[in-house]
Amino acid sequence: MTKFTYTEKKDTRSGFGDGLLELGRTNPNVVGLCADLIGSLKMGAFQKEFPERFFQVGIAEANMIGLAAGMTIGGKIPFTGTFANFSTGRVYDQIRQSVAYSEKNVKICASHAGLTLGEDGATHQILEDIGMMKMLPNMTVINPCDYNQTKAATIAIADHHGPVYLRFGRPKVPIFTPADQKFEIGKALKLIEGSDVSIFATGHLVWEAIEAEAVLAEEGINAEVINIHTIKPLDAEAILESVAKTGCAVSAEEHQMNGGLGDSVAQTLALNNPSPLEMVAVNDSFGESGTPAQLMTKYGIDAKNIVLAAKKAMERK
Amino acid sequence: MSQPNIEELEKVASQVRRDILRMVHAVNSGHPGASLGCTEFFTALYFHVLNKKQPFDMDGKGEDLFFLSNGHISPVWYSVLARSGYFDVSELATFRKLNSRLQGHPATEEGLPGIRVASGSLGQGLSFACGAAQAKKLNNDDNLVYALMGDGELQEGQVWEAAMYAPHHKIDNLIASVDFNGQQIDGPTEKVMSLADLKAKWLAFGWEVIESNGNDMKEIIAALKLAKSLTGKGKPIMNLMRTDMGYGVDFMVGTHKWHGVAPNDDQLADALSQLEETLGDY
Repeated sequence: MTKFTYTEKKDTRSGFGDGLLELGRTNPNVVGLCADLIGSLKMGAFQKEFPERFFQVGIAEANMIGLAAGMTIGGKIPFTGTFANFSTGRVYDQIRQSVAYSEKNVKICASHAGLTLGEDGATHQILEDIGMMKMLPNMTVINPCDYNQTKAATIAIADHHGPVYLRFGRPKVPIFTPADQKFEIGKALKLIEGSDVSIFATGHLVWEAIEAEAVLAEEGINAEVINIHTIKPLDAEAILESVAKTGCAVSAEEHQMNGGLGDSVAQTLALNNPSPLEMVAVNDSFGESGTPAQLMTKYGIDAKNIVLAAKKAMERK
Repeated sequence: MSQPNIEELEKVASQVRRDILRMVHAVNSGHPGASLGCTEFFTALYFHVLNKKQPFDMDGKGEDLFFLSNGHISPVWYSVLARSGYFDVSELATFRKLNSRLQGHPATEEGLPGIRVASGSLGQGLSFACGAAQAKKLNNDDNLVYALMGDGELQEGQVWEAAMYAPHHKIDNLIASVDFNGQQIDGPTEKVMSLADLKAKWLAFGWEVIESNGNDMKEIIAALKLAKSLTGKGKPIMNLMRTDMGYGVDFMVGTHKWHGVAPNDDQLADALSQLEETLGDY
Protein backbone atom coordinates (compact mmCIF):
# COMPACT_ATOMS: atom_id res chain seq x y z
CA MET A 1 0.00 0.00 0.00
CA THR A 2 0.96 3.62 -0.40
CA LYS A 3 3.38 5.10 2.07
CA PHE A 4 1.89 8.40 3.10
CA THR A 5 4.04 11.49 2.99
CA TYR A 6 3.42 15.15 2.38
CA THR A 7 5.23 18.12 1.00
CA GLU A 8 2.68 20.78 1.80
CA LYS A 9 0.31 21.72 4.58
CA LYS A 10 -2.90 23.59 3.95
CA ASP A 11 -6.13 24.32 5.80
CA THR A 12 -9.15 22.19 4.94
CA ARG A 13 -11.31 25.33 4.78
CA SER A 14 -9.30 26.37 1.72
CA GLY A 15 -10.26 23.06 0.14
CA PHE A 16 -13.88 24.07 0.68
CA GLY A 17 -13.35 27.53 -0.80
CA ASP A 18 -11.57 26.20 -3.86
CA GLY A 19 -14.12 23.42 -4.32
CA LEU A 20 -16.97 25.92 -4.13
CA LEU A 21 -15.33 28.13 -6.73
CA GLU A 22 -14.97 25.17 -9.07
CA LEU A 23 -18.59 24.22 -8.50
CA GLY A 24 -19.66 27.75 -9.31
CA ARG A 25 -18.04 27.37 -12.71
CA THR A 26 -19.62 24.01 -13.48
CA ASN A 27 -23.02 24.13 -11.80
CA PRO A 28 -25.15 27.27 -12.33
CA ASN A 29 -27.56 26.21 -9.58
CA VAL A 30 -24.95 26.40 -6.83
CA VAL A 31 -25.42 29.46 -4.62
CA GLY A 32 -23.41 30.59 -1.60
CA LEU A 33 -24.58 32.16 1.64
CA CYS A 34 -22.36 33.44 4.43
CA ALA A 35 -23.00 34.97 7.84
CA ASP A 36 -20.25 37.61 7.97
CA LEU A 37 -17.31 35.21 7.76
CA ILE A 38 -16.40 35.27 4.08
CA GLY A 39 -12.67 35.43 4.73
CA SER A 40 -12.68 32.74 7.40
CA LEU A 41 -14.72 30.40 5.18
CA LYS A 42 -12.61 31.15 2.09
CA MET A 43 -15.75 32.07 0.15
CA GLY A 44 -14.29 35.29 -1.26
CA ALA A 45 -13.29 33.87 -4.63
CA PHE A 46 -16.79 32.50 -5.23
CA GLN A 47 -18.32 35.80 -4.17
CA LYS A 48 -16.06 37.73 -6.52
CA GLU A 49 -16.70 35.54 -9.53
CA PHE A 50 -20.42 34.96 -8.93
CA PRO A 51 -21.75 38.01 -7.07
CA GLU A 52 -25.30 37.38 -8.24
CA ARG A 53 -25.21 33.89 -6.72
CA PHE A 54 -23.70 34.94 -3.42
CA PHE A 55 -25.71 36.22 -0.46
CA GLN A 56 -24.24 38.06 2.51
CA VAL A 57 -26.59 37.35 5.41
CA GLY A 58 -24.91 39.27 8.19
CA ILE A 59 -24.62 37.85 11.69
CA ALA A 60 -27.93 36.00 11.50
CA GLU A 61 -27.36 32.28 11.18
CA ALA A 62 -30.94 31.18 11.83
CA ASN A 63 -32.08 33.35 8.95
CA MET A 64 -29.30 31.93 6.79
CA ILE A 65 -30.49 28.36 7.25
CA GLY A 66 -34.09 29.36 6.47
CA LEU A 67 -33.01 31.33 3.40
CA ALA A 68 -30.98 28.40 2.12
CA ALA A 69 -33.89 26.01 2.60
CA GLY A 70 -36.17 28.43 0.74
CA MET A 71 -33.74 28.81 -2.15
CA THR A 72 -34.06 25.11 -2.91
CA ILE A 73 -37.61 25.85 -4.09
CA GLY A 74 -36.82 26.47 -7.72
CA GLY A 75 -33.81 24.17 -7.83
CA LYS A 76 -30.95 26.12 -6.31
CA ILE A 77 -28.27 24.22 -4.37
CA PRO A 78 -27.34 26.47 -1.44
CA PHE A 79 -24.02 26.16 0.40
CA THR A 80 -24.11 27.96 3.74
CA GLY A 81 -20.88 28.98 5.39
CA THR A 82 -20.06 29.86 8.97
CA PHE A 83 -18.17 28.39 11.91
CA ALA A 84 -19.20 24.87 12.93
CA ASN A 85 -20.52 26.18 16.23
CA PHE A 86 -22.91 28.61 14.53
CA SER A 87 -23.72 26.06 11.80
CA THR A 88 -25.17 23.52 14.22
CA GLY A 89 -25.99 24.23 17.85
CA ARG A 90 -27.08 27.78 17.25
CA VAL A 91 -29.46 26.78 14.47
CA TYR A 92 -30.39 23.22 15.39
CA ASP A 93 -34.14 23.74 15.28
CA GLN A 94 -33.95 25.59 11.95
CA ILE A 95 -31.94 22.73 10.47
CA ARG A 96 -34.24 20.15 12.00
CA GLN A 97 -37.51 21.58 10.71
CA SER A 98 -36.69 23.58 7.57
CA VAL A 99 -33.86 21.40 6.22
CA ALA A 100 -33.75 17.83 7.56
CA TYR A 101 -37.45 17.10 8.14
CA SER A 102 -38.36 19.02 4.99
CA GLU A 103 -35.67 17.13 3.03
CA LYS A 104 -34.17 20.26 1.51
CA ASN A 105 -31.09 20.16 -0.66
CA VAL A 106 -28.99 22.40 1.58
CA LYS A 107 -25.26 21.97 2.16
CA ILE A 108 -24.28 23.20 5.61
CA CYS A 109 -20.57 23.92 5.39
CA ALA A 110 -18.85 24.40 8.71
CA SER A 111 -15.34 25.60 9.36
CA HIS A 112 -13.29 25.98 12.55
CA ALA A 113 -14.65 22.73 13.94
CA GLY A 114 -13.15 21.21 17.05
CA LEU A 115 -10.25 22.18 19.30
CA THR A 116 -7.89 23.12 16.48
CA LEU A 117 -9.64 26.44 16.07
CA GLY A 118 -7.15 27.23 18.80
CA GLU A 119 -6.81 30.50 20.64
CA ASP A 120 -10.44 31.64 20.40
CA GLY A 121 -11.27 29.14 23.10
CA ALA A 122 -14.19 26.94 24.08
CA THR A 123 -17.01 29.29 23.05
CA HIS A 124 -16.03 28.62 19.46
CA GLN A 125 -14.53 25.11 19.71
CA ILE A 126 -17.57 23.00 19.05
CA LEU A 127 -17.06 19.32 19.85
CA GLU A 128 -20.70 18.24 19.70
CA ASP A 129 -21.60 19.05 16.10
CA ILE A 130 -21.16 15.58 14.60
CA GLY A 131 -23.45 14.15 17.24
CA MET A 132 -26.14 16.76 16.70
CA MET A 133 -26.06 16.40 12.96
CA LYS A 134 -25.88 12.62 12.75
CA MET A 135 -28.95 12.29 14.96
CA LEU A 136 -31.10 14.08 12.39
CA PRO A 137 -32.91 11.78 9.96
CA ASN A 138 -32.12 12.55 6.29
CA MET A 139 -28.81 14.22 7.19
CA THR A 140 -25.47 13.17 5.67
CA VAL A 141 -22.40 13.98 7.80
CA ILE A 142 -18.95 14.36 6.23
CA ASN A 143 -15.63 15.23 7.89
CA PRO A 144 -12.79 15.11 5.33
CA CYS A 145 -9.14 14.80 6.35
CA ASP A 146 -7.10 17.24 4.25
CA TYR A 147 -7.25 20.03 1.68
CA ASN A 148 -7.63 17.75 -1.34
CA GLN A 149 -10.30 15.62 0.22
CA THR A 150 -12.26 18.61 1.44
CA LYS A 151 -12.20 20.08 -2.05
CA ALA A 152 -13.33 16.78 -3.57
CA ALA A 153 -16.08 16.39 -0.94
CA THR A 154 -17.34 19.92 -1.57
CA ILE A 155 -17.69 19.15 -5.26
CA ALA A 156 -19.26 15.75 -4.64
CA ILE A 157 -22.02 16.90 -2.31
CA ALA A 158 -23.50 19.16 -4.98
CA ASP A 159 -24.46 16.02 -6.90
CA HIS A 160 -26.02 14.37 -3.86
CA HIS A 161 -29.66 15.40 -3.45
CA GLY A 162 -30.39 16.02 0.22
CA PRO A 163 -29.15 17.79 3.33
CA VAL A 164 -25.43 17.51 4.03
CA TYR A 165 -23.28 18.66 6.94
CA LEU A 166 -19.70 19.21 5.75
CA ARG A 167 -17.21 19.77 8.56
CA PHE A 168 -13.71 21.17 8.17
CA GLY A 169 -11.23 23.33 10.01
CA ARG A 170 -8.79 26.15 10.37
CA PRO A 171 -5.27 24.76 10.97
CA LYS A 172 -2.85 23.91 8.21
CA VAL A 173 -2.58 20.12 8.07
CA PRO A 174 -0.60 17.78 5.79
CA ILE A 175 -1.97 17.19 2.30
CA PHE A 176 -1.59 13.46 1.75
CA THR A 177 -4.56 12.41 -0.36
CA PRO A 178 -4.48 12.73 -4.16
CA ALA A 179 -5.53 15.95 -5.86
CA ASP A 180 -7.49 14.07 -8.47
CA GLN A 181 -9.50 11.87 -6.08
CA LYS A 182 -13.16 11.24 -6.67
CA PHE A 183 -15.04 11.56 -3.43
CA GLU A 184 -17.56 8.83 -2.78
CA ILE A 185 -20.02 9.67 0.02
CA GLY A 186 -20.34 6.85 2.54
CA LYS A 187 -17.33 4.89 1.29
CA ALA A 188 -14.60 4.43 3.88
CA LEU A 189 -11.04 4.49 2.56
CA LYS A 190 -8.53 1.91 3.68
CA LEU A 191 -5.25 3.81 3.79
CA ILE A 192 -2.96 1.25 5.39
CA GLU A 193 -3.53 -2.47 5.56
CA GLY A 194 -2.90 -4.20 8.89
CA SER A 195 -3.87 -7.26 10.90
CA ASP A 196 -3.49 -6.43 14.61
CA VAL A 197 -5.77 -3.47 15.24
CA SER A 198 -8.15 -1.31 13.16
CA ILE A 199 -7.86 2.45 13.51
CA PHE A 200 -10.95 4.32 12.33
CA ALA A 201 -10.17 8.01 12.08
CA THR A 202 -11.98 11.05 10.75
CA GLY A 203 -11.00 14.62 9.87
CA HIS A 204 -7.74 15.98 11.21
CA LEU A 205 -7.17 12.77 13.19
CA VAL A 206 -6.59 10.74 10.02
CA TRP A 207 -3.06 12.12 9.70
CA GLU A 208 -2.47 11.45 13.39
CA ALA A 209 -3.57 7.85 12.76
CA ILE A 210 -1.05 7.55 9.94
CA GLU A 211 1.70 8.79 12.22
CA ALA A 212 0.54 6.42 14.95
CA GLU A 213 0.69 3.50 12.54
CA ALA A 214 4.37 4.23 11.81
CA VAL A 215 5.18 4.21 15.55
CA LEU A 216 3.24 0.98 16.06
CA ALA A 217 4.99 -0.61 13.07
CA GLU A 218 8.37 0.06 14.66
CA GLU A 219 7.18 -1.98 17.63
CA GLY A 220 6.03 -4.78 15.37
CA ILE A 221 2.32 -3.98 15.52
CA ASN A 222 0.46 -4.00 12.20
CA ALA A 223 -2.29 -1.43 12.42
CA GLU A 224 -4.90 -0.97 9.75
CA VAL A 225 -5.81 2.68 9.14
CA ILE A 226 -9.21 3.51 7.69
CA ASN A 227 -10.37 7.01 6.86
CA ILE A 228 -14.01 7.37 7.81
CA HIS A 229 -14.68 10.65 6.00
CA THR A 230 -18.43 10.01 6.05
CA ILE A 231 -19.81 9.49 9.52
CA LYS A 232 -23.36 9.15 8.24
CA PRO A 233 -24.18 7.02 6.37
CA LEU A 234 -21.47 4.97 8.07
CA ASP A 235 -19.63 2.37 6.03
CA ALA A 236 -20.49 -0.44 8.44
CA GLU A 237 -19.33 -3.05 5.97
CA ALA A 238 -15.78 -1.67 5.89
CA ILE A 239 -15.68 -1.44 9.69
CA LEU A 240 -16.92 -4.98 10.23
CA GLU A 241 -14.67 -6.42 7.57
CA SER A 242 -11.62 -4.83 9.15
CA VAL A 243 -12.47 -5.82 12.72
CA ALA A 244 -13.27 -9.37 11.62
CA LYS A 245 -9.62 -9.52 10.66
CA THR A 246 -7.97 -7.53 13.46
CA GLY A 247 -10.30 -8.32 16.37
CA CYS A 248 -10.09 -4.87 17.98
CA ALA A 249 -10.42 -1.22 17.10
CA VAL A 250 -9.60 2.39 17.89
CA SER A 251 -11.70 5.37 16.87
CA ALA A 252 -10.07 8.79 16.57
CA GLU A 253 -11.74 12.13 16.15
CA GLU A 254 -11.68 15.79 17.12
CA HIS A 255 -15.05 15.62 18.87
CA GLN A 256 -16.71 14.62 22.11
CA MET A 257 -16.64 10.92 22.83
CA ASN A 258 -20.40 11.25 23.32
CA GLY A 259 -22.09 11.34 19.96
CA GLY A 260 -19.08 11.19 17.69
CA LEU A 261 -17.57 8.68 15.27
CA GLY A 262 -16.61 6.41 18.16
CA ASP A 263 -20.25 6.12 19.17
CA SER A 264 -21.18 5.10 15.67
CA VAL A 265 -18.39 2.52 15.48
CA ALA A 266 -19.36 1.17 18.91
CA GLN A 267 -22.96 0.78 17.81
CA THR A 268 -21.93 -1.05 14.67
CA LEU A 269 -19.65 -3.40 16.60
CA ALA A 270 -22.10 -4.00 19.45
CA LEU A 271 -24.90 -4.90 17.07
CA ASN A 272 -22.83 -7.11 14.79
CA ASN A 273 -19.52 -8.24 16.24
CA PRO A 274 -18.83 -7.11 19.81
CA SER A 275 -15.09 -6.38 19.97
CA PRO A 276 -12.77 -4.26 22.11
CA LEU A 277 -12.90 -0.60 21.10
CA GLU A 278 -10.89 2.31 22.46
CA MET A 279 -11.98 5.85 21.70
CA VAL A 280 -9.58 8.72 21.13
CA ALA A 281 -11.81 11.76 21.58
CA VAL A 282 -12.50 14.59 24.00
CA ASN A 283 -13.94 13.08 27.14
CA ASP A 284 -16.97 15.10 28.23
CA SER A 285 -15.17 18.40 28.50
CA PHE A 286 -15.07 21.83 26.90
CA GLY A 287 -11.87 23.08 25.31
CA GLU A 288 -9.87 26.22 26.09
CA SER A 289 -7.49 28.72 24.50
CA GLY A 290 -4.15 27.47 23.21
CA THR A 291 -2.37 26.51 20.03
CA PRO A 292 -3.91 23.63 18.08
CA ALA A 293 -0.94 21.37 18.89
CA GLN A 294 -1.06 22.20 22.60
CA LEU A 295 -4.77 21.52 22.73
CA MET A 296 -4.54 18.20 20.90
CA THR A 297 -1.87 17.10 23.37
CA LYS A 298 -3.69 18.32 26.47
CA TYR A 299 -7.01 16.79 25.45
CA GLY A 300 -5.44 13.55 24.29
CA ILE A 301 -6.36 13.53 20.65
CA ASP A 302 -3.09 12.96 18.82
CA ALA A 303 -0.86 10.22 17.40
CA LYS A 304 0.60 9.42 20.80
CA ASN A 305 -2.80 8.71 22.27
CA ILE A 306 -3.81 6.63 19.25
CA VAL A 307 -0.71 4.46 19.84
CA LEU A 308 -1.67 3.99 23.51
CA ALA A 309 -5.27 3.24 22.60
CA ALA A 310 -4.22 0.68 19.98
CA LYS A 311 -2.10 -1.20 22.50
CA LYS A 312 -4.89 -1.12 25.06
CA ALA A 313 -7.43 -2.40 22.53
CA MET A 314 -5.08 -5.25 21.61
CA GLU A 315 -4.63 -6.21 25.26
CA ARG A 316 -8.41 -6.52 25.60
CA LYS A 317 -8.72 -9.05 22.78
CA MET B 1 -56.52 39.72 -11.17
CA SER B 2 -60.10 39.26 -12.38
CA GLN B 3 -63.11 40.72 -10.57
CA PRO B 4 -63.84 38.66 -7.48
CA ASN B 5 -67.23 37.10 -6.90
CA ILE B 6 -67.46 37.98 -3.22
CA GLU B 7 -70.64 35.98 -2.66
CA GLU B 8 -69.06 32.83 -4.06
CA LEU B 9 -65.90 33.32 -2.01
CA GLU B 10 -67.92 33.80 1.15
CA LYS B 11 -69.71 30.53 0.43
CA VAL B 12 -66.36 28.80 0.17
CA ALA B 13 -65.27 30.41 3.44
CA SER B 14 -68.36 29.12 5.20
CA GLN B 15 -67.57 25.58 4.08
CA VAL B 16 -63.93 25.96 5.07
CA ARG B 17 -65.00 26.97 8.57
CA ARG B 18 -67.20 23.88 8.78
CA ASP B 19 -64.24 21.76 7.68
CA ILE B 20 -61.96 23.31 10.32
CA LEU B 21 -64.41 22.67 13.13
CA ARG B 22 -65.22 19.12 12.03
CA MET B 23 -61.52 18.27 11.59
CA VAL B 24 -60.44 19.41 15.05
CA HIS B 25 -63.56 17.97 16.67
CA ALA B 26 -62.94 14.53 15.13
CA VAL B 27 -59.54 14.18 16.82
CA ASN B 28 -60.24 16.42 19.79
CA SER B 29 -57.08 18.39 19.04
CA GLY B 30 -55.73 21.06 16.74
CA HIS B 31 -55.99 24.82 16.52
CA PRO B 32 -59.39 26.19 15.48
CA GLY B 33 -59.04 29.79 16.74
CA ALA B 34 -56.65 31.37 14.26
CA SER B 35 -57.74 28.92 11.56
CA LEU B 36 -61.21 30.47 11.72
CA GLY B 37 -59.70 33.95 11.92
CA CYS B 38 -57.66 33.45 8.75
CA THR B 39 -60.38 31.77 6.68
CA GLU B 40 -61.11 34.81 4.50
CA PHE B 41 -57.39 35.29 3.83
CA PHE B 42 -56.81 31.70 2.76
CA THR B 43 -59.99 31.59 0.68
CA ALA B 44 -59.14 34.84 -1.07
CA LEU B 45 -55.57 33.68 -1.67
CA TYR B 46 -56.31 30.24 -3.11
CA PHE B 47 -59.59 30.99 -4.88
CA HIS B 48 -58.74 34.38 -6.32
CA VAL B 49 -55.25 35.79 -5.80
CA LEU B 50 -52.63 33.10 -6.39
CA ASN B 51 -51.42 32.24 -9.85
CA LYS B 52 -51.35 28.45 -9.39
CA LYS B 53 -50.40 25.62 -11.66
CA GLN B 54 -51.46 22.00 -11.49
CA PRO B 55 -50.28 19.41 -10.84
CA PHE B 56 -48.31 20.46 -7.80
CA ASP B 57 -44.55 20.23 -7.95
CA MET B 58 -41.99 21.13 -5.31
CA ASP B 59 -40.02 23.58 -7.47
CA GLY B 60 -43.02 25.83 -8.09
CA LYS B 61 -41.48 27.50 -11.13
CA GLY B 62 -43.88 29.66 -13.13
CA GLU B 63 -46.42 30.10 -10.34
CA ASP B 64 -46.96 32.08 -7.16
CA LEU B 65 -45.85 30.41 -3.94
CA PHE B 66 -47.40 30.51 -0.49
CA PHE B 67 -45.68 29.56 2.77
CA LEU B 68 -47.39 29.22 6.14
CA SER B 69 -45.04 30.03 9.00
CA ASN B 70 -47.53 29.61 11.86
CA GLY B 71 -48.06 25.97 10.98
CA HIS B 72 -50.50 25.27 13.81
CA ILE B 73 -53.31 26.77 11.73
CA SER B 74 -52.98 23.80 9.40
CA PRO B 75 -56.75 23.05 9.46
CA VAL B 76 -57.61 26.14 7.41
CA TRP B 77 -54.77 25.48 4.98
CA TYR B 78 -55.65 21.82 4.51
CA SER B 79 -59.30 22.65 3.93
CA VAL B 80 -58.52 25.36 1.39
CA LEU B 81 -55.95 23.17 -0.39
CA ALA B 82 -58.49 20.35 -0.67
CA ARG B 83 -61.36 22.62 -1.68
CA SER B 84 -59.19 24.23 -4.37
CA GLY B 85 -58.21 20.89 -5.86
CA TYR B 86 -54.80 19.94 -4.44
CA PHE B 87 -56.18 16.68 -3.03
CA ASP B 88 -59.52 15.04 -2.41
CA VAL B 89 -61.67 16.59 0.33
CA SER B 90 -62.31 13.14 1.77
CA GLU B 91 -58.69 13.15 2.97
CA LEU B 92 -59.56 15.92 5.44
CA ALA B 93 -61.04 13.13 7.59
CA THR B 94 -57.50 11.81 8.20
CA PHE B 95 -56.28 15.03 9.87
CA ARG B 96 -53.92 14.27 12.79
CA LYS B 97 -54.53 10.53 12.50
CA LEU B 98 -51.91 7.81 12.16
CA ASN B 99 -50.52 7.33 8.62
CA SER B 100 -52.08 10.56 7.39
CA ARG B 101 -50.56 13.09 5.00
CA LEU B 102 -52.35 15.75 7.06
CA GLN B 103 -49.95 15.99 9.99
CA GLY B 104 -50.79 18.09 13.02
CA HIS B 105 -48.43 20.68 11.66
CA PRO B 106 -47.72 20.90 7.92
CA ALA B 107 -44.96 18.63 6.63
CA THR B 108 -43.47 17.52 3.35
CA GLU B 109 -42.38 14.01 4.31
CA GLU B 110 -45.71 12.41 3.44
CA GLY B 111 -45.88 14.30 0.14
CA LEU B 112 -49.08 16.29 0.63
CA PRO B 113 -49.56 18.49 -2.46
CA GLY B 114 -49.39 22.19 -1.69
CA ILE B 115 -46.84 21.97 1.13
CA ARG B 116 -43.22 22.89 0.41
CA VAL B 117 -41.71 23.07 3.89
CA ALA B 118 -42.57 21.91 7.37
CA SER B 119 -43.70 24.56 9.81
CA GLY B 120 -44.83 24.59 13.40
CA SER B 121 -41.71 25.56 15.25
CA LEU B 122 -42.36 29.28 14.95
CA GLY B 123 -40.33 32.05 13.41
CA GLN B 124 -38.84 30.21 10.45
CA GLY B 125 -41.26 30.88 7.59
CA LEU B 126 -40.26 34.41 6.66
CA SER B 127 -36.63 33.36 6.16
CA PHE B 128 -37.77 30.50 3.97
CA ALA B 129 -40.04 32.79 1.94
CA CYS B 130 -37.18 35.28 1.43
CA GLY B 131 -35.01 32.47 0.09
CA ALA B 132 -37.73 31.25 -2.24
CA ALA B 133 -38.28 34.81 -3.47
CA GLN B 134 -34.58 35.20 -4.22
CA ALA B 135 -34.57 31.87 -6.06
CA LYS B 136 -37.44 33.20 -8.20
CA LYS B 137 -35.35 36.22 -9.10
CA LEU B 138 -32.38 34.01 -9.99
CA ASN B 139 -34.69 31.94 -12.19
CA ASN B 140 -36.15 35.08 -13.86
CA ASP B 141 -39.56 33.96 -12.63
CA ASP B 142 -41.87 36.97 -12.26
CA ASN B 143 -44.36 35.23 -10.02
CA LEU B 144 -44.71 36.26 -6.39
CA VAL B 145 -44.06 34.71 -3.02
CA TYR B 146 -46.64 35.03 -0.23
CA ALA B 147 -46.15 34.17 3.42
CA LEU B 148 -48.27 34.26 6.56
CA MET B 149 -47.09 34.58 10.15
CA GLY B 150 -48.93 34.83 13.43
CA ASP B 151 -48.58 37.99 15.50
CA GLY B 152 -47.43 36.09 18.59
CA GLU B 153 -44.84 34.51 16.34
CA LEU B 154 -43.22 37.92 15.90
CA GLN B 155 -41.77 37.41 19.37
CA GLU B 156 -39.29 34.99 17.75
CA GLY B 157 -35.96 36.68 17.02
CA GLN B 158 -35.44 34.97 13.67
CA VAL B 159 -38.39 36.91 12.23
CA TRP B 160 -36.47 40.13 12.71
CA GLU B 161 -33.34 38.68 11.13
CA ALA B 162 -35.41 38.08 8.02
CA ALA B 163 -37.13 41.45 8.43
CA MET B 164 -33.69 43.09 8.24
CA TYR B 165 -32.50 40.90 5.38
CA ALA B 166 -35.37 41.35 2.92
CA PRO B 167 -35.15 45.14 2.42
CA HIS B 168 -31.33 45.01 2.38
CA HIS B 169 -31.47 42.57 -0.52
CA LYS B 170 -34.42 44.41 -2.16
CA ILE B 171 -36.68 41.37 -2.12
CA ASP B 172 -39.63 43.10 -3.76
CA ASN B 173 -41.43 39.98 -5.00
CA LEU B 174 -42.53 39.03 -1.51
CA ILE B 175 -45.86 39.78 0.19
CA ALA B 176 -45.82 38.78 3.85
CA SER B 177 -48.92 38.98 6.00
CA VAL B 178 -49.28 38.95 9.75
CA ASP B 179 -52.41 37.50 11.34
CA PHE B 180 -52.83 40.42 13.72
CA ASN B 181 -55.41 39.01 16.12
CA GLY B 182 -53.77 40.14 19.35
CA GLN B 183 -54.01 36.70 20.91
CA GLN B 184 -51.62 33.88 21.74
CA ILE B 185 -51.85 30.70 23.81
CA ASP B 186 -51.29 32.27 27.19
CA GLY B 187 -53.47 35.33 26.58
CA PRO B 188 -53.60 38.64 24.75
CA THR B 189 -50.27 39.49 23.10
CA GLU B 190 -50.22 42.81 24.94
CA LYS B 191 -50.15 40.91 28.25
CA VAL B 192 -47.86 38.04 27.24
CA MET B 193 -45.26 40.07 25.37
CA SER B 194 -46.22 43.40 23.94
CA LEU B 195 -45.72 43.77 20.20
CA ALA B 196 -45.85 47.56 20.59
CA ASP B 197 -46.19 49.53 17.36
CA LEU B 198 -45.92 46.84 14.70
CA LYS B 199 -46.49 49.19 11.81
CA ALA B 200 -43.67 51.47 12.95
CA LYS B 201 -41.40 48.46 13.42
CA TRP B 202 -41.87 47.08 9.92
CA LEU B 203 -41.57 50.57 8.44
CA ALA B 204 -38.37 51.14 10.36
CA PHE B 205 -36.97 47.89 8.98
CA GLY B 206 -37.59 49.20 5.47
CA TRP B 207 -40.77 47.42 4.43
CA GLU B 208 -43.72 48.80 2.51
CA VAL B 209 -46.56 48.36 5.01
CA ILE B 210 -50.28 48.11 4.35
CA GLU B 211 -53.04 47.48 6.86
CA SER B 212 -56.15 45.46 6.24
CA ASN B 213 -59.23 43.86 7.73
CA GLY B 214 -58.68 40.14 7.34
CA ASN B 215 -62.23 39.13 8.14
CA ASP B 216 -63.87 41.11 5.34
CA MET B 217 -63.60 39.25 2.04
CA LYS B 218 -63.89 42.38 -0.06
CA GLU B 219 -61.30 44.23 2.00
CA ILE B 220 -58.76 41.44 2.13
CA ILE B 221 -58.94 40.99 -1.62
CA ALA B 222 -58.49 44.72 -2.10
CA ALA B 223 -55.53 44.65 0.29
CA LEU B 224 -53.84 41.78 -1.51
CA LYS B 225 -54.47 43.53 -4.83
CA LEU B 226 -52.88 46.68 -3.43
CA ALA B 227 -49.96 44.64 -2.09
CA LYS B 228 -49.43 43.13 -5.51
CA SER B 229 -49.39 46.58 -7.11
CA LEU B 230 -46.60 47.57 -4.72
CA THR B 231 -44.29 44.71 -5.69
CA GLY B 232 -41.35 45.27 -8.01
CA LYS B 233 -40.45 48.60 -6.45
CA GLY B 234 -37.41 47.61 -4.42
CA LYS B 235 -39.14 46.83 -1.12
CA PRO B 236 -40.79 43.79 0.44
CA ILE B 237 -44.47 44.22 1.32
CA MET B 238 -45.95 43.68 4.80
CA ASN B 239 -49.70 43.27 5.12
CA LEU B 240 -50.70 43.81 8.75
CA MET B 241 -54.01 42.01 8.72
CA ARG B 242 -56.38 42.58 11.60
CA THR B 243 -58.45 39.50 12.34
CA ASP B 244 -60.52 38.14 15.18
CA MET B 245 -59.43 34.77 16.48
CA GLY B 246 -62.40 32.40 16.19
CA TYR B 247 -64.22 34.61 13.70
CA GLY B 248 -67.46 33.15 12.36
CA VAL B 249 -68.53 31.30 15.50
CA ASP B 250 -70.15 33.53 18.13
CA PHE B 251 -68.85 31.75 21.22
CA MET B 252 -65.31 31.40 19.87
CA VAL B 253 -64.64 34.88 18.57
CA GLY B 254 -62.15 37.30 20.05
CA THR B 255 -60.56 35.13 22.72
CA HIS B 256 -57.37 33.09 23.01
CA LYS B 257 -59.34 30.32 24.72
CA TRP B 258 -59.98 28.55 21.43
CA HIS B 259 -56.41 28.85 20.21
CA GLY B 260 -55.70 25.17 20.60
CA VAL B 261 -58.89 23.60 21.96
CA ALA B 262 -61.40 21.54 19.99
CA PRO B 263 -65.16 21.93 20.48
CA ASN B 264 -67.11 19.11 22.12
CA ASP B 265 -70.18 17.54 20.46
CA ASP B 266 -72.64 20.18 21.63
CA GLN B 267 -70.29 23.04 20.83
CA LEU B 268 -69.69 21.62 17.36
CA ALA B 269 -73.42 21.40 16.70
CA ASP B 270 -73.86 24.98 17.89
CA ALA B 271 -70.97 26.20 15.72
CA LEU B 272 -72.10 24.34 12.61
CA SER B 273 -75.60 25.77 12.99
CA GLN B 274 -74.01 29.19 12.44
CA LEU B 275 -72.24 28.18 9.21
CA GLU B 276 -74.02 27.22 6.01
CA GLU B 277 -72.96 23.97 4.35
CA THR B 278 -72.31 25.37 0.90
CA LEU B 279 -70.08 22.85 -0.87
CA GLY B 280 -70.99 19.67 0.99
CA ASP B 281 -69.20 18.41 4.08
CA TYR B 282 -66.33 15.98 3.44
